[in-house]
Amino acid sequence: MTTAAEYSVTRTIDARGSYCPGPLMELIRGIRESQVGDVLAVLSSDKGSKVDIPKWVEKAGHKLIALETRDGYDEIVVEKVR
Amino acid sequence: MKRILVLGGGVGGTLVANLVSRKLKKQIAAGDVSVTVVDATGTHTYQPGFMYIAMGGERAEKLNRPERSLLDERVELVVGQIERIDEAGKVVRLADGRDLPWDELILATGSRIVPEAIEHFDQEAHHFYSAEAAARLRKALDAFTGGKVVVGIAGMPYKCPPAPLEVTFLIESELRERGLRDKSEIHYCSPIGRAFTIESVSEMATPILEQKGIELHTFFNVESIDPERKAVLSLEGEELSYDLLILVPPHKGAQVVIDAGLAPGAGWLPTDQQTLNVKGKEHIWALGDATDLPLSKAGSTAHFEAPVVAERVAASVLGRQPEGKEAVYTGKVMCFFEVGDGKGTLLQFDYNHPPKPPKPGRMWHLGKIVFNKTYWHTVPRGRV
Repeated sequence: MTTAAEYSVTRTIDARGSYCPGPLMELIRGIRESQVGDVLAVLSSDKGSKVDIPKWVEKAGHKLIALETRDGYDEIVVEKVR
Repeated sequence: MKRILVLGGGVGGTLVANLVSRKLKKQIAAGDVSVTVVDATGTHTYQPGFMYIAMGGERAEKLNRPERSLLDERVELVVGQIERIDEAGKVVRLADGRDLPWDELILATGSRIVPEAIEHFDQEAHHFYSAEAAARLRKALDAFTGGKVVVGIAGMPYKCPPAPLEVTFLIESELRERGLRDKSEIHYCSPIGRAFTIESVSEMATPILEQKGIELHTFFNVESIDPERKAVLSLEGEELSYDLLILVPPHKGAQVVIDAGLAPGAGWLPTDQQTLNVKGKEHIWALGDATDLPLSKAGSTAHFEAPVVAERVAASVLGRQPEGKEAVYTGKVMCFFEVGDGKGTLLQFDYNHPPKPPKPGRMWHLGKIVFNKTYWHTVPRGRV
């Protein structure tokens, strides 16, 4: 994974306060609306997201760029690859 | 005169109108308060029965009753299409030109299916989210002589989350009874990383899928249907061919709340989890499928939300604080879950307590059948 300085986020999806599978579904909606090469950052306060979202990213063939724990939430950064 | 206007005559709208009119019966009798329900058709439909048109010999006509027959005599019913909600002017305009002013507005506008959002859905996929579609699915099942059955979900959130799993279990039982199981494959496609959104329910359902030889495909978000190759394709790049395709159609909120600027995106109303106020709107309330709450879109949710909206609206009209156990919504939901072979279980949960489904048994299946038959006399009238 890369550091924050090495990527620039195209779109931030603030899914804080939403419960599983809300953040994943928000990311899927975002991926559908994005172009290949776009970088999406999902902010999620649901503890399950940092497990579920990377699994989905791997299955869907996208790239997990960063997973950072912030104050009360996780930031999961994904690049749309295909 | 304080005017309480309820948009929608489904489970939530009907029950909340009945409950608030009971709480304010003196004020209504004195002509100080009115309660009005607006419904597009004037017919109340028991939607959980649709699945049983496909799977249990239910008849469509048994699922409809006149909305008037379910409403308290103090409640006025207006049958008409809503054209516009004017939030600033506090008035609802109907398509026939009537204007209905309000002081308290309750949005029970539900959800709607949008199968057209996926190309070829109508020609290729069956579903059970309307009486007509469920009857078509029944015919397709009657004509089925074996092959590959694929059940999936073409958009989240959707009404009655357990329903696609229930239908999968019921189809598996039926094919076994008809001697077609050996000639059939059954595939269940879940959009997330497990069989069901709630972990404890997933833990209950996954071994049943395995036992029944139903193949589970996780992270399968339906992207398109290829009618020539009879294949359904996922966003994740998976492809499944089918002989019989059953998909939960995508859902959206009511167009009228989107047009009013009250609900962004897919049309779910931003709703306070405890008060059921539409966020930032002191005199606008939401319940049932119309909300964006992290709960099942199900009649049961509306059933347990309605007493809270009724209490809070009554308190607002009377200028007092909401009181008692109905002052705050705890996220309570309770519903039966069919697992096939005449067995079922029960899901009961709230915001803080996930369900602990009991071991599937005959009692819960029968409970669901009895509940469906007695619904008309219990839920809309506030007797349970």
